[in-house]
Amino acid sequence: MKFLKGFFIHFILIFVCILCLLPFLWLTSTAMKGAGENIFAYPPVLFPEDPTFNNFKEVLRLVPILKYALNSFIVAFFTVILNLILSSLAAYPLARMEFRGKKIAFFGVLATIMVPFQAIMLPIYIITLKLHLTDGHGAVMGYLGLILPFAVNAFGIFLLRQAFLSIPRELEESAIVDGCNAFQIFYKVLLPLITPSLAVLAIFTFIGSWGEFLWPSIILTNDSLMTLPVGINNLSGAFSANYRLVAAGSIVSIIPIIIFFLSMQRYFISGKTEGAVKG
Amino acid sequence: MYKFQNKLIPYLFLIPAGVILIVFFFIPFFQTIILSFQDYSKDIYSPAFIGLSNYAEILKSPIFLKSIANTFYFLILCVPFLVIFPLFLAILINQKIKGKTVYKLLIYLPVVVSIVVVAIAFKWLYAPNGLLNYILELLKIKNIGWLVNPKVAMISVSLVTIFKGIGYYMMIYLASLMSVPKDLYEAAEVDGAGEFLKHMTVTIPHIMPTIALVSTISSISALKVFVEIYVMTHGGPLNSTKTIVYYIYERAFENLDLGVASAACVILLLIVLVFSLLNIFVFERGKYDI
Repeated sequence: MKFLKGFFIHFILIFVCILCLLPFLWLTSTAMKGAGENIFAYPPVLFPEDPTFNNFKEVLRLVPILKYALNSFIVAFFTVILNLILSSLAAYPLARMEFRGKKIAFFGVLATIMVPFQAIMLPIYIITLKLHLTDGHGAVMGYLGLILPFAVNAFGIFLLRQAFLSIPRELEESAIVDGCNAFQIFYKVLLPLITPSLAVLAIFTFIGSWGEFLWPSIILTNDSLMTLPVGINNLSGAFSANYRLVAAGSIVSIIPIIIFFLSMQRYFISGKTEGAVKG
Repeated sequence: MYKFQNKLIPYLFLIPAGVILIVFFFIPFFQTIILSFQDYSKDIYSPAFIGLSNYAEILKSPIFLKSIANTFYFLILCVPFLVIFPLFLAILINQKIKGKTVYKLLIYLPVVVSIVVVAIAFKWLYAPNGLLNYILELLKIKNIGWLVNPKVAMISVSLVTIFKGIGYYMMIYLASLMSVPKDLYEAAEVDGAGEFLKHMTVTIPHIMPTIALVSTISSISALKVFVEIYVMTHGGPLNSTKTIVYYIYERAFENLDLGVASAACVILLLIVLVFSLLNIFVFERGKYDI
């Protein structure tokens, strides 16, 4: 009975895992089929007859995927840094200080959770244009336009506020006695204690920023700052007749994030991510 | 709570985040509402104030009403599946089995991959003579026009969303399952409960708050669906996959009709608000207590 139960569980889980991999395996298979092989063959052929990396070479030659990857990395990296700094700074007084207007600040942050980005993106677009934060005004302005609207979010602030709340108050009191000012308490005493939450925030911000499509597709006007999701989507439009190249480009584009995912796996699957739930 | 000598200190900490939220959230929020009362269709540089006309226009527009209906149809297609199936998987993985980590990693993989790539991969699977139709043929089932049949297209899109979301919700459930006390299961076993009954009587009631949370957050993301549709169907065939956000995108960035698009934004906002309020004030209360 127990053996049967174990068999049943593994059977279902293996089946689900195969389903989860199937779209990517099928892309990889298509990407590795040579020009002589019919990718529309019916019945479909899963294993290429004569596996080749030519499509990868070709797509890297025709489309600046590595530049897209670099752009994605720059945007994701600075989005993470800004989120860590701004969220932790804002979370500290909301968790630990008494001041006039605290309720307004608290509910102001909470309000931003309730409004989806898509519902207010038109004025965000107009404001970003007015501030010249577009790729037409140079690379730095272009990157800022991609980064600043996502430089802080309420989920991050609440995640870190929870972390600050869990730190015993005595630590700060003794720091005050030792003559630390507010910033020193924040930087030297509290911040080191919430590194696990900072790591969770960093990782989820990175994944979110790396995969973001809607905003860059609206704000970018030329190829030079294009991020991976936009670049790959354009690729699939431009080479719709050559699916081998689209598949190869797609596979190349997911390699960095899969490496990131596998190297940070313990954060994803440890259950520490509870606080990072997004709506 | 303690107070510092300098009363400005809390504000200094809040200012950087505050500036970003004001520029990229509060101003746009109020501007959306103002834009929704203005007419951009005649002169984009000096829009006239037209009261509720934009709302009247979209609420009479068959295409907008269809977008709302489509969005809820999409929600009904995804949410039950995203609430139940990840829970089932989480319960399976939570058993004493080997290879947990590998299972978790593989099931979570689609979550980290960009939705654009997932949608491109599925577009390929959904091709008329693609892999999925071949599998159907092996099972002696008639071919399906996955993305070309207006009756099926939304179901095909929702399968992509489900595929991308399962791992995410499964991890939320797994975290919650860790909090179920082991002795409750032992007690249920002593009472002679089988596997199924054990989970129905112990697991489900215990993690009910998480089930509610997953229901609302998956509903909110369903209401905001866009990229899958943009990449795979562009709202077609015959508007069968046109959702609210897609409608907004079209009106704003293709027709440049900011007034009508903003009215649609406000309606989206009101619909999402219902689910967010439930979340914040009922299901996740503790997290947002001042």
